Amino acid sequence: MANIELRDIVKTYGDGFKAVKGVSLDIADGEFMILVGPSGCGKSTLLRMIVGLEDITAGELKISGKRVNELAPRDRNLAMVFQNYALYPHLSVFENIAFPLRLARGQFTEDEVKQKVNAAAAVLELQDHLDRKPANLSGGQRQRVAMGRAIVRDADAFLFDEPLSNLDAKLRGQMRTEIARMQRRLGITTVYVTHDQIEAMTLGDRVAVLKRGELQQVASPRELYEQPVNLFVAGFIGSPPMNFLPARVDGDVLKLPICDIPIPGELQQKLEGRDLPIVGIRPEYIKDSSVQRPNDRDVTFEAQVDVTEWLGNEQYAYVPFESDPAVQHKLDELDRDLDGEGLRTQLVVNLDARSRIREGDVARFHLDPAMAHVFDLATGENLTRNEEEAARIARESEEDRRRSLERSKAREAAEAGAS
Amino acid sequence: MEQNNKQKWSLALVSLPVIIWTLIPVIWIFSLAVKPQANQADNNFWPRGFSLDNFELILFGGASDLFLPALLNSIIVGLIATTISVILATFCAYAIARLNFSGKKMILFVALAVSFFPVISLVTPLFDVWRSIGLFDTIPGLVIPYLSLTLPLSIWILSAFFQQIPWELEQAAQVDGATSWQAFRKVIVPLAAPGVFTTGIITFFTAWNDFVFAISLTSESARTVPAALAFFTGASQFEQPTGAISAAAVIVTIPVVILVLLFQKRIVAGLTSGAVKG
Repeated sequence: MANIELRDIVKTYGDGFKAVKGVSLDIADGEFMILVGPSGCGKSTLLRMIVGLEDITAGELKISGKRVNELAPRDRNLAMVFQNYALYPHLSVFENIAFPLRLARGQFTEDEVKQKVNAAAAVLELQDHLDRKPANLSGGQRQRVAMGRAIVRDADAFLFDEPLSNLDAKLRGQMRTEIARMQRRLGITTVYVTHDQIEAMTLGDRVAVLKRGELQQVASPRELYEQPVNLFVAGFIGSPPMNFLPARVDGDVLKLPICDIPIPGELQQKLEGRDLPIVGIRPEYIKDSSVQRPNDRDVTFEAQVDVTEWLGNEQYAYVPFESDPAVQHKLDELDRDLDGEGLRTQLVVNLDARSRIREGDVARFHLDPAMAHVFDLATGENLTRNEEEAARIARESEEDRRRSLERSKAREAAEAGAS
Repeated sequence: MEQNNKQKWSLALVSLPVIIWTLIPVIWIFSLAVKPQANQADNNFWPRGFSLDNFELILFGGASDLFLPALLNSIIVGLIATTISVILATFCAYAIARLNFSGKKMILFVALAVSFFPVISLVTPLFDVWRSIGLFDTIPGLVIPYLSLTLPLSIWILSAFFQQIPWELEQAAQVDGATSWQAFRKVIVPLAAPGVFTTGIITFFTAWNDFVFAISLTSESARTVPAALAFFTGASQFEQPTGAISAAAVIVTIPVVILVLLFQKRIVAGLTSGAVKG
């Protein structure tokens, strides 16, 4: 059990490339922390610095309050699951899992090794495969062996480096819940790197969003979704992503390409001197007026739907719009940051599956202006972020985490008492 | 399926001439070895009559004084050269594959250049040097040139093998609690085993089969079999020692065949299948 503390961690490679630019992060004991970001944001580098496979250029890394910058990986007592599993091909599954135990020479008797490996195999349902070689296993089984190698030791923390990215979609979903279950059961501090925001949202107690080596926001998934601090976080979290619309301040209304929305009082001051903000609206906040009646404060508009995608439980409609050239460069830059392809500007609407809107229809939509975020064009800062609300969400999710950790500890204790 | 069979047959058809081509000299030597002395020059490919006289001659008879010590020397020189070469090449290749140091390209290039040197051009100067520093006609005097001959190739082969082994395996071992040395010994070396065996066999064969160094740098006490064969004489001055030489050649071929058969599987064995998602 351990907490991990990162203080102004910097990584500069030999060629002068700065992969990580001063990241500070506190990971509490038993917490599931996700590092997420588009490719090249430094998340894997950060993880490898924690485990000791990369040198830390500057800053301080503490595990359980002890500085470990200079320690070799083997002295940090962390367990890691690699993206490509890194199983030892010449050893059987049993010996793969037993490998860390055998290295701690003299610490375990042969019987203890057997018992520990069998226990780990039972957790991961690998009992039938212990004698096989990794080459003969399926992708999911290899992944489980890699996890077995991690849980067989009493490591202070687990580190995962995109462990599911090599699995197909169905298996990925199963393994995701498996990892969540295991982490809760063992109550062990976990750092998990992914570029998949679904994994980030579902697994993490808290999620750290990185962009080009810089920490953007560390918060619970809900806070990231509802109260993002800036344009980048808002665009990265959520699928389909948030719609960004160029806006023009005109008196007390914001003129969007699709409609006009009123500016609430508190925002008016903030918007002074910012004539061209960007408005962000999540696809699900735009509703089909023929299915759902608009409220009094909702803004309604008509638009021609270009393409629809019906998925059974929901439906996406795409509405192209002309972007303001003064803002377009910012949106293009954001798109590049998010690994996008710089395609046409369009509004994505997440419709109810019952909606009868079809391709080519001119449909009536409405949206609640209070749900829209307004971002500064230059800095990308979220002008509508509600700090009180964010603090409340943070408090709630921390309580949730503590409760579930206590539950799992109580269950563990009960099981230990029973056996 | 039919296509498969067709392919098989055409492959067999192509390889047949190759097999015949390479086997004829071997069969011929064998045939000469078992021909009775009187039939040696009868111009028949297959022996008419069969005798083990030649083997008796070199193992127990008059030629055994020449052959048996040479056989012992061959074995000693071969084993020492192989052991040292494999160990040195493994370390060197590992460093080249894993570490980034200045002069890495230089080492590889020089190693390759050295192996292009015609052996015969080295022999005369080496003979002079060896004689003046007392290495002439000693076991180390043979082992050293063999090492310099085989190390370049071994390093190239092994560094290719090491480069195929994913970095992550070693890193995983280190995270699992291994020192660099343990990671090397328990993960990297077993995985590179096919490469290690390949280089070992190449080195052994080079030392075992070499004639040029053996004849020039040795006299009585460190002479190896290929050199000793040149000193065989017939029972009288009217007899050619063809039979005895052939018998000796057959005997020294046996370890080579055994080695290849033993390690064939290890050499061919797949390297890192299953280590990482492929």
